[in-house]
Amino acid sequence: MTPVPSRERYDLAVVGGGVHGATVALFCARAGLRTILFERGSLCREASGVNAGTLTMQMTRVALIPYALQAHAMWASAPEWLGHDVGVVVCDGLSLAFTEGEAELLTYRAGKRREAGAPIDLVGPARALEIEPGLSERVLVAGHCKVDGFANAYLTGLAYRAALIEAGVTLCEQVPVAGAVPDGGGYELDTAAGTVRARRLVLAGGVWLEEMAAWLGLRLPIKVLINQLAVTERIAPVMRTVVGIASGLLSLKQYPHGTVVIGGGWQGRGDRVQGGVELVPDSLIGNMRLACHAIPALRRSRLARAWAGLEAETRDALPAAGPIPGFPDAWICGSVHSGYTSGPFIAKRLADRILERGEPDPLFPIDRLLAPEAGAAPSAPVAEAPLS
Amino acid sequence: MSSTETRADLIVVGAGPAGASAALAAHRAGLAVVLIDEAGRPGGQVWRAPAAGVAIPEALRTQDDRDGAELRAAVAASGLRFVGDARVWSVTGRFRVDAATEAGTEAFVAPRLVAATGAHERVVPFPGWTLPGVIGLAAATVLLKSEAMLPGRRTVVAGCGPLLAAVAAKIVAGGGTVSGLVDLAGPADWLAVAPRLARRPRLLRQGLGWMIRIGLARVPVHFRHAVVAAEGGEAVEQVVIAPVDAEGAPVAGTRHRIAADALAVGHGLLAGAEIPRLLRASLRFEAEAGGWIPVLDTAGRTSIAGLYAAGDGAGIAGAAGALLSGRLAGLAAARDAGALAEGAFAAARDRILAERHAVEAFAGAVRRLMRPRRGLVDAIAPETVVCRCEDVTRAEIDAAVMAGAREVNQLKHFTRCGMGPCQGRFCGDTAAELVARHVGSREAAGVWTARPPLRPVPLDTLLGDFDYADIPVPKPAPL
Repeated sequence: MTPVPSRERYDLAVVGGGVHGATVALFCARAGLRTILFERGSLCREASGVNAGTLTMQMTRVALIPYALQAHAMWASAPEWLGHDVGVVVCDGLSLAFTEGEAELLTYRAGKRREAGAPIDLVGPARALEIEPGLSERVLVAGHCKVDGFANAYLTGLAYRAALIEAGVTLCEQVPVAGAVPDGGGYELDTAAGTVRARRLVLAGGVWLEEMAAWLGLRLPIKVLINQLAVTERIAPVMRTVVGIASGLLSLKQYPHGTVVIGGGWQGRGDRVQGGVELVPDSLIGNMRLACHAIPALRRSRLARAWAGLEAETRDALPAAGPIPGFPDAWICGSVHSGYTSGPFIAKRLADRILERGEPDPLFPIDRLLAPEAGAAPSAPVAEAPLS
Repeated sequence: MSSTETRADLIVVGAGPAGASAALAAHRAGLAVVLIDEAGRPGGQVWRAPAAGVAIPEALRTQDDRDGAELRAAVAASGLRFVGDARVWSVTGRFRVDAATEAGTEAFVAPRLVAATGAHERVVPFPGWTLPGVIGLAAATVLLKSEAMLPGRRTVVAGCGPLLAAVAAKIVAGGGTVSGLVDLAGPADWLAVAPRLARRPRLLRQGLGWMIRIGLARVPVHFRHAVVAAEGGEAVEQVVIAPVDAEGAPVAGTRHRIAADALAVGHGLLAGAEIPRLLRASLRFEAEAGGWIPVLDTAGRTSIAGLYAAGDGAGIAGAAGALLSGRLAGLAAARDAGALAEGAFAAARDRILAERHAVEAFAGAVRRLMRPRRGLVDAIAPETVVCRCEDVTRAEIDAAVMAGAREVNQLKHFTRCGMGPCQGRFCGDTAAELVARHVGSREAAGVWTARPPLRPVPLDTLLGDFDYADIPVPKPAPL
């Protein structure tokens, strides 16, 4: 049952129960802060629970690679620091090029990511087929990364829930927060469970960070991506790696229980108020054709389910993670492109900042993202991006 | 690479009594109608057409078969467009329906849509219910009606409602043996609803005919009993039954073991409201009407403009009720499209509502007999599989609730319950009942978020032939 929040001031209130909010709350609570976490629905049931679960460097933005590498290591060792399994499989990953244009794109992008620290090699078709025997023979060149893999994203909420409770976090699921304002000693939150006070505040609302920032009078434009995903029924093994494509518009892997998840950020319809209301059939077919072009045996399976997940994207498609200018002891954490992969590490570093531990990490301060005045149009957001 | 797109004034999904009559009514009023069904010919489940090349012996033919033939003839003669053998896999707003057929995929677009997707059956799990040889009562009627095939040589027929007698009588008529008829209801329950059943003399006569046939075949009838286990090695070999109370909970008394190679079992019907759910129409929970059903006005309009629901998918009411609610929804669509004047529509509506009132007493009695019984769910043993696609047991569902799952979608994430190919059609009602035990009500336990496809669909059919260059890959993600 949802606990009744205390009338005494908490050390930290976190609003938003995805990977970011939950990780910040977890590490702060373990360090001794009396922490309360609010989630308007169930923990990790939005982007953190309905994404494709891919943990890949080859779809991660170059600026995020150092974070993603560290986060990958965290996911791979989740039972150790989180205390619970999220079904992480570490395996090889391939990013494919089928045309000369894609080969050029792939070569350039792999180079940039390698410079940023991702261990990506370019391999020819024969080697690619050795790495992934299920692969189509039409591949011209492939990026090969050994730091790849995937998690069962739907288990994220279950795992974090247990960890947060063990860490002593006052976990308020199904408790929406309507506002937060400074009140002298910290912040006062207007919640469905009554007024709650905390010395420190973390807003970790993913696509809803725009609304949350507005509580403090800030304008932080956040674009919403409606990423479509599809899953097949359980089938005999057809692949053993994570497979993507040069453009980033494919994310494909088979889970140990046999289902194959097909993603890549093809867009459905919806918004942050209604959620992902509708899938676009032609986009779904395009995404599945791409998948079957890469792994031909997939054609023999049946589509079991398709859904849409909301992904947040800032104006420059880099995270919003850092202090809130003008509001002491208040931070924002979220809206990370490919956020599932990088989330735990970015959030852990933010927790370190809150706890004033370790080397200060500049993270991704939001000053650059704040619109100068209300009503001013934000600059064009960067386009399609896969939900990891 | 868009699929072929056909425009119409109205799309009707489901060509049973409700959908076919909706399509006919709207077509007669002048709308261009597309009627889509999974089966090759209209008829739905109750009026199901025999499979191609199957001759149904005269002894097995019933009034349902004659009604079905009449409906098929009416659709064929009308000139409306019927699309059979079509698997609807996507339904999106205002309204686009994507269907996969043997010939590939086709999209239909119309400003109005009638959802008439009927019902599916509720089977409350018991040990052994996943053994080969155990099938649903409704599945047994499909075999008998469509394929003229017996479920087994010696079949136990169990559960509740009039389907019990219908299936048993058809098995007997087809030359099979019914080794036991196991009814959750007792004679007193049947007597209590008899006056309401008598409001439809033809159906009452049909039911009595079934009972006579069962009696002549000396089928052992076990009232107020339930199947508590199906046992066997590779397939069902025997069925264990026990006496139960009015809520289906086993009580003290003799357990019988009945030798059988088939068990046809069903515990009522669930409304198939996937399309309204997918399009996020307002729903309400009504246990006896088949669970979560769309909120409708008197003419079958949902909360979404242009979306109508009719037949058992809008609340279990049987074939007669479906026929009327379908006709009404079809007329409402014609009215809303401007093809029918308000006066003519109102007069027709009032006539149909009066007729529906007349069949409602009978339908209510049948619903009463098929109602969900709490005790059956409570009696599910911890190790019994509830979600058979994903092998999730009752103990795992209870454990997930203990671990903090407060509603069914969270349960899904915690256990994979409902994540298999049936998308929770088989386990959903039971799983939600189990969650409701802890959170207080079915409303609090919630309802699965609907996801396309409505049924699993082969990728091969969906994707067709394509060139790589034809895939409209969106522009690359930022580096």
